[in-house]
Amino acid sequence: MLTPIDAIHPHELPRALQQLLGRNQADAAVTLPRRRFLKLAGAGGLALGAFPHLASAQAAAGSESASALKPTEQPSAFVQIAPNGEVTVTINRLEFGQGVQTALPMILAEELDADWSRVRSRHGSNDGAYVDPRFGMHLTGGSNSIKHSFLQYRELGARARAMLLAAAAARWNVDVSRLRTESGRVIGPNGRQLGYGELADAAMALPVPQQVKLKDPKEFRLIGRPTNRLDARAKSSGRQDFGIDIQRPGQLTAVVAHPPVFGARLAALDDSAARAIKGVKAVLRVPTDRGGEGVAVIADGYWPARQGRAALQLQWDSSAVEKVDSVRQLAQYRELAGQPGPRQFDADMAPLASAPRQIEAEFVFPYLAHAPMEPLNCTVALSDAGAELWLGTQFPGVDGMAAARVLGLKPEQVKVNVQMAGGGFGRRGVPSSDYVVEACAIAKAARSAGLNAPLRMIWSREDDIQGGYYRPMHLHRARIGFDERGQVLAWDHVLVGQSITAGTFFEGAMTKNGIDATAIEGMREPYALPMRLTVHHPKLNVPVLWWRSVGSTHTAFVMETLIDEIARATKQDPVAYRLRLFGEQHPRHRAALQLAVDQSGYGKKTLASGRAWGVAVHESFESVVAYVVEASVKDGQPVLHRATAGVHCNLVVNPRTVEAQVQGAALMGLSMCLPGAAITLKDGVVEQSNFSDFVLPRISDMPEIAVHIVPSAEPPTGMGEPGLPPLAPAFANALAQLTGKPLRELPFKLA
Amino acid sequence: MSKLHVNGRQHPVDIDPGTPILWALRDSLGLTGTKFGCGAALCGACTVHLDGQAVRSCVTPISAAAGKKIRTIEATTDGSDKVGAAVHAAWVKHDVAQCGYCQSGQIMSATAFLKSLPRGKQPSAAEIDSAMAGNLCRCGTYARIRTAVADAAQSLA
Repeated sequence: MLTPIDAIHPHELPRALQQLLGRNQADAAVTLPRRRFLKLAGAGGLALGAFPHLASAQAAAGSESASALKPTEQPSAFVQIAPNGEVTVTINRLEFGQGVQTALPMILAEELDADWSRVRSRHGSNDGAYVDPRFGMHLTGGSNSIKHSFLQYRELGARARAMLLAAAAARWNVDVSRLRTESGRVIGPNGRQLGYGELADAAMALPVPQQVKLKDPKEFRLIGRPTNRLDARAKSSGRQDFGIDIQRPGQLTAVVAHPPVFGARLAALDDSAARAIKGVKAVLRVPTDRGGEGVAVIADGYWPARQGRAALQLQWDSSAVEKVDSVRQLAQYRELAGQPGPRQFDADMAPLASAPRQIEAEFVFPYLAHAPMEPLNCTVALSDAGAELWLGTQFPGVDGMAAARVLGLKPEQVKVNVQMAGGGFGRRGVPSSDYVVEACAIAKAARSAGLNAPLRMIWSREDDIQGGYYRPMHLHRARIGFDERGQVLAWDHVLVGQSITAGTFFEGAMTKNGIDATAIEGMREPYALPMRLTVHHPKLNVPVLWWRSVGSTHTAFVMETLIDEIARATKQDPVAYRLRLFGEQHPRHRAALQLAVDQSGYGKKTLASGRAWGVAVHESFESVVAYVVEASVKDGQPVLHRATAGVHCNLVVNPRTVEAQVQGAALMGLSMCLPGAAITLKDGVVEQSNFSDFVLPRISDMPEIAVHIVPSAEPPTGMGEPGLPPLAPAFANALAQLTGKPLRELPFKLA
Repeated sequence: MSKLHVNGRQHPVDIDPGTPILWALRDSLGLTGTKFGCGAALCGACTVHLDGQAVRSCVTPISAAAGKKIRTIEATTDGSDKVGAAVHAAWVKHDVAQCGYCQSGQIMSATAFLKSLPRGKQPSAAEIDSAMAGNLCRCGTYARIRTAVADAAQSLA
């Protein structure tokens, strides 16, 4: 039984999330589509108190036009209409590039019939109102912002509109049925008009309606229209503030010397040279992530703090922590892959031995850093009343709770002001709140030392690349038996990699039978293959985390290159082979792949000499993306020339954003393939430190990417991540066509 | 006491002359439009103009700016810079930004590049890539950057 959300303290929401995810998981086990899950949740009555927006469940269950209002659901929490007519929509997510800062207001403005040119957007906080309506916690991730908040924001807009209409009806003393709305105005009989701003005060005095009718999607004017971002001007003029730009009166800046091995302690410190640097205010020993210890240098700006850090004489004691070595780790993973372990799928492997054709393959994927362009930072102001934090975070509720724990405060004494973030890709959604905890520990130590100033902690790029929380390293091993027609008879698969959720509050819900759902997502899908999947989750002293598209960063590569290899081995066209395997079961995969094929000219167009086609399709986070790419090898280096994407994300809210997200995710997928895309460790220390040795693609690496979207009227699914997984396998498949050799390691090694 | 000439104004700053221009702008003058990305001249997020040249302000000390004029992203939209304004307009029109963090540096590189071209010359695709290759974007906005730079060049022709 779920606890009604009203009964849960907002700061205890991860507990609610566990329960919720537990349900999700149970439903997933019987492979119900998630929309049905919503329906079940609504129909089962469990959701009634648990979701702030019962309407989502109700609408999904079929009663699409009307919904009841919860007492906690005040439109003012999300939409404000000023007397001058300006509409401000609060987003219950973090904007870090993916475009929800525009899309959520579009959804609300659609039902509100707002004048789009007067719509603004702002971030929320760790206030309980801004939880994800399905997950019950503050969360930006899993490509779920639009998917989970589509009905929520429509209803908020519709309710606000109904109140404005009622206010106009009262003002004019006419029946509301004689009024209509258009572009921020209520229009009455005889051409009478009132702007929303003129009606706002009167409207807010009225009760929020119990029932609202939502638009028929045929009436949509904003949703589905290519729309430029609300933040485009600010972000093209230096006027957009990010978390790192916070300037509180009197604030000081902290830079931290982290232990070189995760969790190591400080053996000795000589800070005399650091303290002598002009602008340095304090040097403090502080606890760091994973039981480690570090030294914070606090100064009146970043540069003196950084100079101070460079001047520290430090000796570390790493005797008590494991010192991971990537070469040894790979040998250990290979050894593990031969051991028995928990199984996710357990098909009969007897046909393998007698299969006429066989493939044996081993895949290796390295650790990867997220490397958002805005270095991690967190600003903390302490007062007798509590704490206030400013940062770009995917988990403001979790971070607020973690801050309260460190600072010895009650959760409600901590306010987290969500700031625009310069990228994140998962790194700003950390179950341990590592860098938030660190910033709070520094603020606490500084206050104890008599420094009563707001503290802005900034990580350098080296801190970011070496400071942990990576996409885990993985080893996959597959043995596949198939016949001359490409019919797979048995597929024995082993996956080795650290669990992302182990030891976090997600573990209970996400890990079943010793298998972390985030590690295996995408395996076998969407093919009805007889697979046995054995999973090992070794524990190592390297912190790991979700990285844009999570498990699909490696599972899509394994699945889509192996499927291609079977097609090549049996001399079948890789598109035709996939379509045959889909059967009639996967209409969205078919449609996405067919669209990419048609738009690319695959099979019709003659490619330039030296180029080859590559194909891959993958569903992640309920959206499907297919790529048809053109690649070549130049001077021994792989080159991706062109990619054509076929996208199925159901109803598209902002095609301009979907195009940008697919182009960006494709480039991040490409980033996994190119030289220098690996984090490695030697003697426990990360060997890379900046963009010189953890290499990101540059503009000259960018292929042409055309994005085509399958038309659909189904409720929208998300697009922050799904453009990433199929890019690398499509590229690898093209290169395998050219060289005759499959690529089974990222980044690519052609030699 | 050093003097920094930024966007047409003199600013006295009482900091170490070895301080990178980036931190003088951000922490001393409160001009936070110029961004910190790598601290090692590898990503271009901190790009400003020093006497018209695009430089990486994270590794250029204020001592190197003595007697020289610094222009930052904030000057792009202050009415004083026709090329900067054209680049800004093209960036908005083509909806280039995603997270937006690197875009100040991208715009400063694009502006310096367009100013370096002979009047009326339209840059080739390869020239645009070459001019912009020093600026990293983790969101992958490069396709729209190409379009916006070409369009800004057109609008200035």
